[in-house]
Parts: sequence; C-alpha cells; structure tokens
Amino acid sequence: MASDTSQATVQQSVSDVAQDEAAHTSHASHGPTGIMRWLLTTNHKEIGSLYLLFSLLMLFIGGTLALVIRAELFQPGMQYIQPEFFNQMTTMHGLIMVFGAIMPAFVGLANWMIPLQVGAPDMALPRLNNFSFWLLPVAFGILLSTLFMEGGGPNFGWTFYAPLSTTFAPPSTSFFIISIHLAGISSILGAINIIATILNLRTPGMRLMDMSLFVWTWLITAFLLIAVMPVLAGVVTMMLMDINFGTSFFNAAGGGDPVLFQHLFWFFGHPEVYIMILPAFGIVSLIVPTFARKRLFGYASMVYATASIAILSFLVWAHHMFAVGLPLTAELFFMYSTMLIAVPTGVKVFNWIATLFRGSITFDVPMLFALGFIVMFTIGGLSGVMLAIVPADFQYHDTYFVVAHFHYVLVPGALFAIMAAAYYWMPKWTGHYANETLGKWHFWMSVIGVNLTFFPMHFSGLAGMPRRIPDYALQFADFNMISSIGGFMFGFSQLIFVWVLVKAIRGGEKAPAKAWEGAEGLEWTVPSPAPLHTFDTPPAYDPATDSPSRH
Amino acid sequence: MSVSQTAQAGVQRTVKKTLWVLLGMVGFTLALIPLYDVFCEVTGLNGKTAESAQIISAKGVDESRQIRVQLVARSGSGLTWRLEALDSVVTVHPGQISQARFQFTNVGDTRSSSRAVPSITPSAGARHFRKMECFCFEQQWLKAGETVQLPLVFQIDPDLPDDIKTLTLAYTLYPMDEVVALGGFRD
Repeated sequence: MASDTSQATVQQSVSDVAQDEAAHTSHASHGPTGIMRWLLTTNHKEIGSLYLLFSLLMLFIGGTLALVIRAELFQPGMQYIQPEFFNQMTTMHGLIMVFGAIMPAFVGLANWMIPLQVGAPDMALPRLNNFSFWLLPVAFGILLSTLFMEGGGPNFGWTFYAPLSTTFAPPSTSFFIISIHLAGISSILGAINIIATILNLRTPGMRLMDMSLFVWTWLITAFLLIAVMPVLAGVVTMMLMDINFGTSFFNAAGGGDPVLFQHLFWFFGHPEVYIMILPAFGIVSLIVPTFARKRLFGYASMVYATASIAILSFLVWAHHMFAVGLPLTAELFFMYSTMLIAVPTGVKVFNWIATLFRGSITFDVPMLFALGFIVMFTIGGLSGVMLAIVPADFQYHDTYFVVAHFHYVLVPGALFAIMAAAYYWMPKWTGHYANETLGKWHFWMSVIGVNLTFFPMHFSGLAGMPRRIPDYALQFADFNMISSIGGFMFGFSQLIFVWVLVKAIRGGEKAPAKAWEGAEGLEWTVPSPAPLHTFDTPPAYDPATDSPSRH
Repeated sequence: MSVSQTAQAGVQRTVKKTLWVLLGMVGFTLALIPLYDVFCEVTGLNGKTAESAQIISAKGVDESRQIRVQLVARSGSGLTWRLEALDSVVTVHPGQISQARFQFTNVGDTRSSSRAVPSITPSAGARHFRKMECFCFEQQWLKAGETVQLPLVFQIDPDLPDDIKTLTLAYTLYPMDEVVALGGFRD
C-alpha cells in the first residue's frame, strides 16, 4: 500500500515537471526570478537593458578616472598622484571608455531596437546573446582588478604600443591581454548575432533599402567588427607570446619590429573608431527626421556614404603613424585617403541639414542632443582633416590637439548620440517620457562642460603641450585650469541623467505607443513600455507607406 | 520565439558565412607577419638589410660617383656593453668593396651576449647596401671587461639611385638574454 502511494506521488511530480516545461517553452515569464533571471535571460530587451546599464556603470568608472587626470592637471606641478599612477589613469580611462562604455552602449541599443525595428520576435541567436553580454563583466572585472595588482595596471596608453607594453610593461599585462580577448570575443559574437538578425528575421516585405538607418549603420558596423576584431586578438596574442614565451614579434633584438605593432594595431584601430561612430550616425538619422517632421533627406546616399566610410576605414590606418618614418609615397597616399573620408562624412552632414531645412522643428531633448552632435561632431571632423595633413601632423602629433580632436568626435559625437537615443527611446523602454526640465539641464550642462573641457585643448596642443604627461610648462596653466573646471562640470552633470532615468522608470508622463509625433518605424507600433515579447507573428509591412526610402 | 523554419535555416547559413569571414580574417592577421617582412625586404622600407652574407656584385666600380657612408653605433637599454664605430665616415665609389671596424667592449662584470641590429637611412638605399661580412649576422658573447674589434665588409651596389649621396648605417646593440635568444627566430 505504501509503495502504491509513493508511485502515485512520483507520477504526480513527473506530470508537474512536464507542465512546468510546457509553461517554460510557451512563456519565458515563468522563468527563474531574482538574479538568475538576469543571468539566464535570453530576451533581447532584458539583455539590451543589461548592456545599457553596464555601459552606464563603465561610463561613470571611466569618467572618475578622467576626473583624477583633470584634478592632477588642474595646476602645473605634481599635486595628488604619482606619475606612474597617472599613466595607469590615462590608459584605463581610454580602455574603459572605448571597450566598456561606448561599444557596449551601442550593442545594447542594437539589442533593444533592431528586433523592434525589423519586426523580429528576438535576436537570431538568443543564448549566444546572453553569453556575449556576460563575457563583459568578467572582462572588465579582470581589467579593473589589475589596478590593485603589484606593479599596477596597464600604464602604456590605450594604444599599448610595443615594446612599452611588452618589454617594459607591468606584470599585470597578461591580465589586460585576457580581458581584451574576452571583450573582443563578446563583440564578435554580438556582431554575428546582429548580422544574422538583420539578414534573416526582417518582417516579410521589408527589403534592405526599407530598413531604418540605425539598422543599416549597425549592419555595416557588425561587418567591421568581424573584420578587425581578429586583428586585435592577433596583436594581443603576439604581445602575450613576446612577454611570456620568448618570441620576438615586436622585439628588434630578436629580429622583430616594433613598427609592425603599430601597423597591426591601427589596422584594427582605425576601423574601430568608425565602429564607435557609425551607429551614432544611424541614431541621428532617425532623430533629426522625427523632430523636423520630415522624411530623411537622401536615404540612399546615407546608406552608400556609410558603406564608403566603412571601406575607406581600411585604407587610412597609417595616418596615426606619420611620425614613425614612413616613405614619402606612403605618407601622401594615407594623407589623401584620409581626406577622402571627409567626402562621405560631408554627405551625411549635408543630408541632416537638408532634412532640417524647412522642417517643423521642435527642440525636445533627443533633438537637442542630436543637433549638438551635428555641430560638435563636425568640429571634431574638421580638426581630423587638419590632422590628416602630413606636415601639419608633425607639429600636432602626440599633443593635446589630438586629444581635443578625438574627444570631440567621441564625447559630443558618439556619447551625445547615445544620450539622444536614450532620451528618444526611453518612453518605449519605461513607458514614461523623460523629465523635460531635467533633460534640458542635462543637455546644456553637458554642452557647456564638454566645450569648456576640450576646446582649450586645441590651443594648448597647438602651443605644444604633449599628451599623457602629468605635469606641464607654466604657459599652459590657464588652458588646463579651464579644461579641468569643464571636466568636472561635464562629469557631474551626467548624474542628472541617472536622476532622469530613475524618475522615468518609477513614473512620469505616460507615453503612447507612438511616443513622438513625427516618429516612423515598427518600434512605435508596439505599446509603451514594450512588452517582454513583441512581434511573435511578423507585423504587416508595406514599403509603399512604411519605408523610410519611399517616394 | 516563433521564427519560421526558413528563417532559422537562413540564420544558420548566415552564421556559417560570417564564421568563414572571421576565420579568413584570423588567417589574414597571421599572414601579415611574414608579409610585412617580405614587403620590407623587397622595398627596403624600415632600412632593413639582408640577414646573411651576400656575394660580391660584379657590376664594376662606378668611379664617377662618391658615396659618403656614415657609421653610427649605439647601445640599447639594459646592456653593459659599449659599441663604437672606429671609422665614423667612409667614402666609397659604388661597386667598391670596403671595410669598417667596430669595437665591442663589455664594461660589465659578467659574461653576456648581445646582437647588433642594422638600419639604413634613407631607406631607399637599404636594398643597395650589400654586406659580405658582418658581426650583425650572429650574436656576440663577451667576458667581463673583454674588448674585440669586428669588421664589416660591404659594397654599395652601382644601381643605387643617383639622388642618394649619403647613406647612414646605424647599429643598435640589443641585449640577448636567454629568453630572447631562444625565440630569436632569425638565428
């Protein structure tokens, strides 16, 4: 009798398990809760949120390091930190901002918005998506831990030129290499996922030339990632071998060549800078038409310009190396090819301005950030053309002019575009509009802060102040003081964004499905906030009325 | 997830293709190392010269031209050696065989090893600088306090471009600790 009962209990529990499994497959909302929900999630919206929150955390860590640098440079002479530590700060600031803040933020936006914009239920490879994300906290945990190791963290600049990063590097360099490998694998897997999603999961009827510009720029960016991340992986592997296994890839004594390192690094590094800006172009190309209440001017030329920039990015790497002693022919080639990039970029700026022309413009917060992007990215682009001129570059090389240039394209460029995207899609993510007043404070404080920080660097650079040095000659004192004040202002004003975000998550003005009057695209057909599962059946799509390239 | 079968098959195809591209780029990266060396050797970029003894070129001596060959020597960091070019300038005709002497001194107190790595400026002349005998083809060992004089026997190819009047040959002496000696793949 007793055995009969236990038999029945076993059968009962077996059928429970079967029911549970059925529930799991039909609806993921019955999945694990608490921390396991986030560790195991395969939902593109949850993973997108994880990416975005991770990059926000990295923005604040990298920003704190930047403020350590600016505090030290507030006055000439050594104030707070040792030169060795200063070197670690500049290196880690660059690495964290590039690989930890800007790139994951764009991947997070891609995760959230690409399935919504192409009408797909999720990313093509949801489990791989989970793995790509969780590699990142591991990678940056390892990278940040090097700061507490004996001999300190990486101190050779984010470009980690050999032999400074091999023969003369701190013992923690092998950990740095592993963390770059992990972040690189994460990017490659993310890129494969994005390509597979865009090429296969578009809703029936949506052709390639009907995709939103954000999807287009990400498709091209993903191909860039697949092409150059292996080069980065190769270069750090060679460093690892030089350090630990006695090879001489970059060691002249053993028959290697340190200049080879620079060629390999920048063959990765130049496409990498476009990886950090092309998705920004896509975001601005959505926001400007929305708030100008016009369709984007020159959709096709935008696509072709993006593709041209991507192809040209493989042909310009040596413009970072004009001062290493290239032959004249090579310097001329790389000078002209670099200047050529200004043409497709100019096409884009022209198209944005033509979209604004005679539009019914409102200056909502996303639009403010997008307009700020157009103006200040163009300043950075123009100083880039100045740097492309070989004889002038010999003067600018390794000065604060270079620092001013790449911060203008990355901060009011890439970062402002990410902020614009966050304000633009926050109603879709949280169901509430971002607080308008606080958003405007955030924008104007950021604009003033960013220009106070980086504009004087043009002048200190032209006057000859070298980068990556914790002390400077007295004549640069005023410019540096202004830069430091601006830096602190910019850094602290980003806290306003956290405030805005928390407020929007908790409540605020409710947003309808179509949160902006002039917005177009499939993401505005699902409710705000977007439910966990969307487009389980592909949405109807008619290019004649829905395509951004329609006539 | 309710992605259709055809879409799933498409995803698999795309992933396969992107993995091939990825593999191709890994191969390309590995190929860049030998390609870079070949490129530098063919063009003479970076001032690289041949790494083993070359035969004498029999194109005759061009007495109408004179080339100033400047010889520079310096020690890399961390090495307790001194390298001096005893003949700092040698004036030669293209095609003529000449010799220059270098003196190596170990000023440290242990036996150690090093290797001199040459570089030619302007790099367009690197291909035309032929070495019949050079200490740079192998590594040197010196006891503490030992001094040796080693010769460089060279010839400038008469094909040297006309606009080159001066060639500078710089030797940098690098320490060859055991790790580097093991991995020195050109030995």
